[in-house]
Amino acid sequence: MNVSMLDQHRAPETRISSNGASVSLRGVTKSFGAHKVLHGIDLDIQAGQFVAIVGRSGCGKSTLLRLLAGLDQPTTGQIMIDGLSGGWRDHVRLMFQEPRLLPWQRVAANVEVGLSHAPSGPDRRRLAQEALDQVGLSGREQDWPAILSGGQRQRVALARALVSHPRILAFDEPLGALDALTRIEMQALIEQVWEDKGFTAIVVTHDVSEAVALADRILLLDAGRVEMDIAVDLPRPRRRGDPVAAAIEGRILDRLLGR
Amino acid sequence: MKRLLPWIVPFGLLLAWQAASQTGLLADQIMPAPTAVAEAAWRVTRSGELLRDIWVSASRAFAGFAVGGGIGFALGMLNGLSGLSEKLTDSTLQMVRNIPHLALIPLVILWFGIGEEAKLFLVALGVFFPIYVNTLHGVRSVDRQLLEMGRAYGMSESAIFWQVVFPGALPSIFVGLRYGLGIMWLTLIVAETISASSGIGFMAMNAREFMMVDVVVVSILIYAALGKLADSVARLLERTCLSWNPVYAEL
Repeated sequence: MNVSMLDQHRAPETRISSNGASVSLRGVTKSFGAHKVLHGIDLDIQAGQFVAIVGRSGCGKSTLLRLLAGLDQPTTGQIMIDGLSGGWRDHVRLMFQEPRLLPWQRVAANVEVGLSHAPSGPDRRRLAQEALDQVGLSGREQDWPAILSGGQRQRVALARALVSHPRILAFDEPLGALDALTRIEMQALIEQVWEDKGFTAIVVTHDVSEAVALADRILLLDAGRVEMDIAVDLPRPRRRGDPVAAAIEGRILDRLLGR
Repeated sequence: MKRLLPWIVPFGLLLAWQAASQTGLLADQIMPAPTAVAEAAWRVTRSGELLRDIWVSASRAFAGFAVGGGIGFALGMLNGLSGLSEKLTDSTLQMVRNIPHLALIPLVILWFGIGEEAKLFLVALGVFFPIYVNTLHGVRSVDRQLLEMGRAYGMSESAIFWQVVFPGALPSIFVGLRYGLGIMWLTLIVAETISASSGIGFMAMNAREFMMVDVVVVSILIYAALGKLADSVARLLERTCLSWNPVYAEL
């Protein structure tokens, strides 16, 4: 990872590329029947920023992500991407906790699903190929998802999310189902493609150390409100066991556990 | 040696049967010897009778299958996709399903006489339900998470149908197909035995009148072979279409 040595010294602003899109939420609420999940969220996310949203289960973090991905509509309030309140759905991609690959399609065709919104053409194969190269799965184009390992499947899902060059990539606990070592590898991969592509990354996770390892900024959500907003100003790549990171992690955990 | 093992018992039974016939232990009027059956098969094949009857029976079977299976498949899909359509028709269909279709034979003969329509109707009705029920079940059990993924990734409604719903329902549709094929032969055998002027069932009933037990046995064996053939074709199709699924790939 010699290349990323340089990144350490790059100022955060220069990393923010025009590829990412900014996100603004104004007074966003979401209710399911009488149950109010989000209570008036106001939030601005800079283009190209890496944001982690942490919180206990049921705090509304996945709901927030689904609103951003356009899978649900807010009950009240407004979501704007790059200042636009609509028409941005194709620029946002969501990665789920499960790979959600089509088991009856080979790896390459599964990646091409990410290009569903685009007109079909000979470019698809090439774009899928590039995306698979990025996640280190070239040569596996013709495999069935069933024969891949859990980590490889999640990498195919990442390629599917990347193939359309999204400006915002939202992750819903993408590594929750992976074993510890595969998790670390996937974290590094996500960080690397984010640095390459410059999209705005929004990761929902319940793993605070993962949030501290990856994010520029951590939002703690509790009972549908943003309770903490912490900037993580640490050089990348981050080493595990860094005392500053540990202190941030401690603060967040204390808050989560109500200590 | 291991591959021969499963054949020992059937071969032994065949030999015992032949021996019992030749020693007179088994009367020819009850069960002719295997050699006599083979001879009869050769006789009816040479006269062209057998091929003609197989052709007639198979066309009846598959015409009925196409009609009943087609309607069952279409309704299963429709009711799986549309809640309104399901509410409107599913409980009625489930009620009708409880009537054994062969119980309708007297009624069907009253309606259609003993012509082709009666057999077509019975086969179609018998095949309809397994295909309908399994198609509906298949569509309903399609993974919700994949549907959500399709929507989140901007798939059109038709893309969601062809890439997610249909392939997801296919394993269940194949179960219905194989059930349907079994019912198809069963219905046809009953219908042809009761009333027909051609086909394998007719050949058997005709032979019975002349006490040609060997031809009766040939007819039964032909039915068995046709059933087995249809099932093998369905299995081959299943294995080809579902090769993504490790369960089928290993078969």
